[in-house]
Amino acid sequence: MLFGVLFTFMEELSVLIGGKAGDGINSAGMVVAHLFNRMGYRVYMYFDYPSLIKGGHNFAIVRAAKEKIGAHRSQVDFILALNQDTIDFHQDMVHGKTVALYDRSKVRAEGVGIDLAQILKEENAPPVMGNSCIIGAFAKAAGIEWKVIEEVFARQVPKALSLNLRVARRGFDGARECCRIATLTSSALPVISGNEAIGLGLIHGGLDAYVAYPMTPTSNILHFMAEVAESHDMLVFHPENEIAVMMMALGLGYAGKRTAVGTSGGGFCLMTEGLSLSGMSEIPVVVVLGQRAGPSTGMPTYTAQSDLQFALHAGQGEFPRLVVAPGDAEQAYAWSDLSLQLSWKYQVPAVILCDKTLCEGFYSFSRPDFKIPRIGLPPGASPGPAYARYHLSENGVSPMLAPPRQDTVIKVNGYTHDQSGITTEKADIAALMSEKRQKKGTALAGEISSLNPVVVDGDTGTDTALICWGSTTGVCREVAAVLGLRLVQPIVLSPLPEKVLQDALRGTDRQIVIEENAEGQLAMLLARHGIRPDSHIRRYDGRPFTVEELEARAREVLA
Amino acid sequence: MNARDLITGAQNTWCPGCGNFVIQFALKNTIAALGKEGVDTDRIVLVTGIGCHAKMADYLNINSFYSIHGRTLPVATAIKMANPELVVIACAGDGDCYAEGLDHLVFAAKRNTDITLLVHNNRVYGLTTGQYTPTSPLGFRGRSTPSGTVEEPFNPLEIMLASGATFVARGCTRRMDLLQRTIMEGIRHPGFAFIDVLQVCASYFNLSDYYERSVYEIRDHDERDFEAACRKAREWDYNTDAPIGLGTIYRAERPTLEERLSAVRGTETDREATIRNVLEKRT
Repeated sequence: MLFGVLFTFMEELSVLIGGKAGDGINSAGMVVAHLFNRMGYRVYMYFDYPSLIKGGHNFAIVRAAKEKIGAHRSQVDFILALNQDTIDFHQDMVHGKTVALYDRSKVRAEGVGIDLAQILKEENAPPVMGNSCIIGAFAKAAGIEWKVIEEVFARQVPKALSLNLRVARRGFDGARECCRIATLTSSALPVISGNEAIGLGLIHGGLDAYVAYPMTPTSNILHFMAEVAESHDMLVFHPENEIAVMMMALGLGYAGKRTAVGTSGGGFCLMTEGLSLSGMSEIPVVVVLGQRAGPSTGMPTYTAQSDLQFALHAGQGEFPRLVVAPGDAEQAYAWSDLSLQLSWKYQVPAVILCDKTLCEGFYSFSRPDFKIPRIGLPPGASPGPAYARYHLSENGVSPMLAPPRQDTVIKVNGYTHDQSGITTEKADIAALMSEKRQKKGTALAGEISSLNPVVVDGDTGTDTALICWGSTTGVCREVAAVLGLRLVQPIVLSPLPEKVLQDALRGTDRQIVIEENAEGQLAMLLARHGIRPDSHIRRYDGRPFTVEELEARAREVLA
Repeated sequence: MNARDLITGAQNTWCPGCGNFVIQFALKNTIAALGKEGVDTDRIVLVTGIGCHAKMADYLNINSFYSIHGRTLPVATAIKMANPELVVIACAGDGDCYAEGLDHLVFAAKRNTDITLLVHNNRVYGLTTGQYTPTSPLGFRGRSTPSGTVEEPFNPLEIMLASGATFVARGCTRRMDLLQRTIMEGIRHPGFAFIDVLQVCASYFNLSDYYERSVYEIRDHDERDFEAACRKAREWDYNTDAPIGLGTIYRAERPTLEERLSAVRGTETDREATIRNVLEKRT
């Protein structure tokens, strides 16, 4: 590894910090991200870890830039190595000016070595504080002023602040300046994970309860919500399995509580019978479905976009559903809010389809500058003996009441039922009720088309479009900008806003679909709606595209 | 609206002689009696699974959630969590609750949710035309076991005692008055009330004569004594001939799930304030 040459200004910077599980790499990455955040940069952090608790190799890549970003690069400018693997496994990410800072007591490398074992011993600090020390060394090497460390630690390092600062100072004093990163004028922003953005969006949308069984990559929503619920009036519950999760959500929904659940593909498999009950009983529920590499257990901590067709078709029978795939923290916030609202207005299940990259990635976040529409509920029914839970209305949506209401019997039912909710097998009623559900889907689709369900970005005058969905939006946005392409990102995938999408693609004669799956699941969906893209770029190794990888693949396709 | 007719106009499709009629009457009478005591019928919610038992949701003119097979209890638990003012009664079948949804039964007892569960235990699948259930006796010849089952039944009362249920009782459709009293006790019990109701299936497993011979009302039993309750529960193993005690076997008091949840619940209701607070911490 070459030793860094002094450079004083960079448009952007990438830092890789690695160690074994248990070294606190995720938190260390967050501290590095906050150093940049404090200096006016917009940040994105990718966290890569195997499915184990102690040992193994974890790394975080923190990228800082002037503009908001949602992807990492193939190369990094700094490597912070707490283990030998961090040096050995990432040789392909090194460029001529990459600076390595490493724990000299464990790692052999070229660059700036700091004897963490010695420093921790002298300061009587626990091993996990090694990352504070290496961050101190990094700050010095990157020309970041000590006061920035002090500020960031004070806010982000909750425990043993003074000892952490002492250890960091030893690292800072033990390193030498290799470059000086410019301080920008922008003010710091919140740095949150996609999971947190989803949680906050749901809270903003009126969430009353969150129910989940732990499963990567959405377990952190459960943890986040549980923490929020210590002060906020919200029910957060972790039951015996995902079947109970879904059924509890429906019980809560029946009783009038706006409820979301969170899981990944395996858990969603267990929820599908309940999802179908949601469709039939018309009890709203929001499912956060964080995709990871399958099939089966697959690679639990690695990413994929391979559950789109599953989300579109999960559950027996036919019923309308909302499926949205936000692409970054801000979209996650806005569309989690909207999903909850729409689910309640149309009394349909909603799926927020995200993935490991979005869920566990960290983003500079500002609340969307557009006002998230407040979607009213359908006109309320009057309680009383005449109330019918499944009253047939013009658009299929029946007024929904929760018990107890005076002199009112509120019956919900998973069997085919009549307007009052009593089981029937009569042919004419069965057909009417199917049509009722279809009408709700039509009404939902109508409302969706007015909510900007398709994002168009990049060069809108060009005849070539990249089409993407979900977390690849960030990397696609950058590649579209570099190559002068149009970017079209449908956020709503069910009901697919066909006309809006066609308008977004108008004037393009070449369309390339980017997906992190092998079978081209978005392409299949588009084909069903008469949109037949001619090229595809697919990845299915559990890793998200870097900017350079996608750019190279796009150039190949365009050549 | 306690004067309400508690039976809907839905056509009743239970077989003639079905034990479900007895449970329906007992429940209806209980709800009417509760109404006279001031428990507003509007506050009662019935949750059912799928099976013959579940038609109760169609037949009783009260709030109901006609759920899916095996999933009665998570729905009932959630309704109670959402609004502890509601009186939640769950009706489940033995296939429903002891096979498909056994996990939820154990957890409902563990949590001590304040709901009342009636298991319509006819020891056979009726609606799917006669297969063995977890409480069918060894050797039971059903459609899926034409040569007889090769599994012994389990004893649901023992499972409930082991799982922490705070009210464990047994009823029988051959003893309606006692059943009705037991249901009332279960509803009044502050916590998870489990009632295994031995129910006659007129079509696939008619044990009328057997129950008539074997059942007796439990007396001189200390239902607060856990060890005594275990002995009473083990008196009959759902397999071999033995006297079958009916009534309350065990009763204890423990904080309910809802009470414990409300004790740890946050109080902030301003969503903006909560969101701003989180974002401030993350900056």
